[in-house]
Amino acid sequence: MVIGKRKPFEEILKMIEPYKKIMVLGCGGCVTVCLTGGHDEVRVLSSQLRMARDKDGNQLEIIEKTIERQCDPEYLDQVQDLVPQVEAVLSMACGAGVQFMAERYQATPVFPALDTTFVGGSLKEGYYVERCQTCGQCKLAYTGGICPIARCSKSLLNGPCGGSTNGKCEIDPEVDCAWQLIIDRLTNLGMMDKYEQILDIVDWRTNRDGGPRKMIREDFQR
Amino acid sequence: MEDFEPTIVAFCCHYCAYGAADLAGSMRLEYPTNIRIIRLPCSGKVTPVFLLRAFEKGADGVYVAGCLEGDCHFIHGNLVAKPRVNYTKKLIQEVGLEPERLEMFNMSAAMGPRFAEVAKEFTERIRQLGPSPLNKKKRKTNEAA
Repeated sequence: MVIGKRKPFEEILKMIEPYKKIMVLGCGGCVTVCLTGGHDEVRVLSSQLRMARDKDGNQLEIIEKTIERQCDPEYLDQVQDLVPQVEAVLSMACGAGVQFMAERYQATPVFPALDTTFVGGSLKEGYYVERCQTCGQCKLAYTGGICPIARCSKSLLNGPCGGSTNGKCEIDPEVDCAWQLIIDRLTNLGMMDKYEQILDIVDWRTNRDGGPRKMIREDFQR
Repeated sequence: MEDFEPTIVAFCCHYCAYGAADLAGSMRLEYPTNIRIIRLPCSGKVTPVFLLRAFEKGADGVYVAGCLEGDCHFIHGNLVAKPRVNYTKKLIQEVGLEPERLEMFNMSAAMGPRFAEVAKEFTERIRQLGPSPLNKKKRKTNEAA
């Protein structure tokens, strides 16, 4: 899922400073699962914003709403009656959701309440880690299901660097060396022959260097 | 400030603090009338939203009272509540409220005197802190009326 982190409260407060009535819009997708932009977080942020503004004697009216997903036009239609009632929308979705909202509602400013941080998963409740860098050319088949692009600090493809010490990365003793994990796993699986296979230089155009990406299922195009 | 009577909301677990409040009453113990009790099935039911809404609606102080650690009726509800209270302290601090306005206490249903003591201590703490900055305007309006 896409992981997000709420922006500092002061920054959010400043964004909506000129407005008297806004909508705080949550997203029921990834950011609900990672506890940063769902129904509960909308209520918490709205409460905080109202209190902060009330304290300064500058009251703020908020419409609290959460939709299924903000990265999908059909769900964005659900707020079409509400958006004209507010001066601005504070979106608690990831960067994609914020942009879809802004594209759908041209006449209303849309602001992000989150910093979109990475694609990952939860090791346990409330604890999220990066696992994918969306490079566009998955190497997991060769690396025992452990991604060297996302998890090696240098994104090395053919074995560890000299900074790997006791299974940890030189950037931080708490960060596992991805290549140590890969070699341990390939050894356990009896698949160390994969390690002998040299991976070619990456064509980073499929990552981000080729500009914005798209994916089209032709059979769905009408 | 001296005649300030704080409004305090106490979220009390049914299996401990709520029973302790009942016992305090049966024991004819006096405690401040500032406390408004909200009964919860377990202190683990509280979320930051509950606590923030209490402040938003005009509470000068809020506390959560759950079972003694290790004695939760639902095994670990009070241990769920504790970090939530700590997290919410940060949230109210961002807004500009003192984190001391929010607290978590632990007690058993047999601790009537402790319930009264907590109520007195916390009321005194909030009295010292003064009215919630959110309520200043409302108070002025009330006084004017």
